[in-house]
This record gives sequence, C-alpha cells and structure tokens, in this order.
Amino acid sequence: MNPSNYIILSALLFSIGTVGVLVRRNAIVVFMSVELMLNASNLAFVAFARMHGNLDGQMVAFFVMVVAAAEVVVGLAIIVTIFRSRRSASIDEPNLLKY
Amino acid sequence: MIDVPTNTGEAVVFWVCAVLSVLGGIGLVTSRKAVHSAMWMALTMISLAVLYISNAAPFLGMVQVIVYTGAVMMLFLFVLMIVGVDASDSLIETIKGQRWTAILLGLAIVVILVWGLGSSLAGIPAVGLDAANRDDGGNVQALAHLIFTQYLLVFEVTSALLITAAMGAMVLAHREHWKPRPTQRELSEARFLGAEHPGNRPNPGIYARHNAVDTPALLPDGTPTELSIPGPLRARGDVAPVDIEDVHQIEEADSL
Repeated sequence: MNPSNYIILSALLFSIGTVGVLVRRNAIVVFMSVELMLNASNLAFVAFARMHGNLDGQMVAFFVMVVAAAEVVVGLAIIVTIFRSRRSASIDEPNLLKY
Repeated sequence: MIDVPTNTGEAVVFWVCAVLSVLGGIGLVTSRKAVHSAMWMALTMISLAVLYISNAAPFLGMVQVIVYTGAVMMLFLFVLMIVGVDASDSLIETIKGQRWTAILLGLAIVVILVWGLGSSLAGIPAVGLDAANRDDGGNVQALAHLIFTQYLLVFEVTSALLITAAMGAMVLAHREHWKPRPTQRELSEARFLGAEHPGNRPNPGIYARHNAVDTPALLPDGTPTELSIPGPLRARGDVAPVDIEDVHQIEEADSL
C-alpha cells in the first residue's frame, strides 16, 4: 500500500468536485461539490502528514474543516436569502447581477 | 496506534473506501434530485472519515463524522427542505456545450494531477506518525498540544471566524417585518369576509363506504364532494372514485 494512493484518490475526488461545480445548476448541489473539493484536499493533507511524519498536515486539515463549517453556514444563508427574493435556487437566475 | 505503512488490512480498507467515496462523488454530481446528491455526499463523507482513521488521524476521522456527516449534511438537508425538495436541475444548457467542455476539463485535471502527483510521489515511503504522537501519548493529545502552543493564534482567530459566521447567518436569514403582524381579530375578520367557507371542511369518508383519507365525503344527494379530500391528494388525482351502486345501497339502508 503506497501512501501516494491516498493522494491520487484525493485528486480524483477533487476533479469530480470541480466537474460538479462546472456542470450543475442547482446552487445547493454546486455547494456540495465545493464541499467535496474541500474534503479531497483534507484527505491529501492527512496523507501528507503521515508521509512526512509531521502533524502539521492534520492541523491544516482541522482548520480547513472549521473554515468549511463557517463557510457552509454563510453560504446556505445566502442561498436561502436569494431563494426568498427570487423563488429559485438555480445559479443561472441571479445573472441580473451583471447589469 | 498501529501505523504500518504497508499493511494488507489497510489496503483492503483503502480500496473499499476509495471505491465508495468515488462512487459517492460521481453520484453527487450525476443525481438529478438534490436530496439524492446529499445522500451520495454523506456516503463520500463517511468513507473519507474511515480513510482518515486508517491514515493515523483518528481525531480528524471523528470530527469528520460529527461535523460533516452530522452538522453540515443536516444543514444541507434543512436548506433543501426550505428551498424545496423537488428543485431539480433543468437540463437545458445556457452555454452551448458547457457540460461536455466541463467533463473534458475535469478529465484533464484528473490526468494532470494523477500524472504529476503519481510520478513525483511514487516510491516515497510513509514515515508514519508514531514518532510525532509518541511524546504526547496519542494523536488527540499531540494535536491538542499543537493547537494550544504553536497554533494558538490561529485557533483564537478561528473562534472569531465562527462567531462572525453565526452572526452573518443570523443577519442574512433574518426577515424584516414590513407591516405589523395581524391581530387575532383581523385574522378572524379576514376569514369570515373571505370567499372561503369559514368552518371546518367535511371530513373524508363521511357517509361513504370507507373512511380512508382518499374517499370523498358524500353530500346528502349522494354526490361526492372534493372539498373533503386533502389538497395534495386532489392535486395528485388520488381521489378514490365513488361507485353509484354504493350510494344506492346507503340510501336503501337509510330508508329501512
């Protein structure tokens, strides 16, 4: 079991998350894809921590989790606010912002 | 903490969880309904938690289960309930060819990352965290040591971040009342002056052969009334048909 397998798995998950962000139109699913990308990077940090015998990677993953939790709270509140005013969770709807 | 870099048990755990997490990721991206996406993501999160634990990070694995599958997924599901469970994606592309371009770019990222990382990391043995954990007596203690010494400032800033996020969510989700809340008297007047019948609607199943909720109540002349059926059933067209023979039987029974 080469530990770089974990890194490759995290790269795969990160790419799946990227495709999700690019393809999906529902804001909540896009948000979940962003979470998937964050988790993939966390897995890479944890694997790096083990490869280098250093706990700093785990610390970074821990703080990423904290920031992700805060980000989810604010992001979902924004989605709910937009949904209230526009009755839609599609990310194509708020395109009036560009005018 | 058993931390052997090359271990068949770990390989089995890795391959099972890796397949499950990739499956969850693909399901997350491809499900039409947002609730299904959330379920797939929960699968990915839990398999990642197992991978953290097998990667000598038991604390992070537990935090992953508690924070992600517990709190974050629950938040997602709550918001899905607010926004509407049936809010599925439209399949119309606003930008032509966006989906295929995105998938192609995703494959390109896979190739670049896997090729780059795979070639640069291949053959590097894992040092393992035994030495790092040994001084403090365990992974949790070692992480606590780091948090409260080297990363103390970051930790404190994190608390400010969490408070700001909570405040932000409260401010964003707060709804201002533009007009005063109607009093009980106003509500009652509106109800009696409105077009709708102010009393209770007839219950389903009254004077009918069944008291199931989809059986309409019968009016005195034997005709069914749709008012007695709950709105969602009516909208779905799930109203049970009334057999005219049954109505005659009831009339006969009444006349006896």
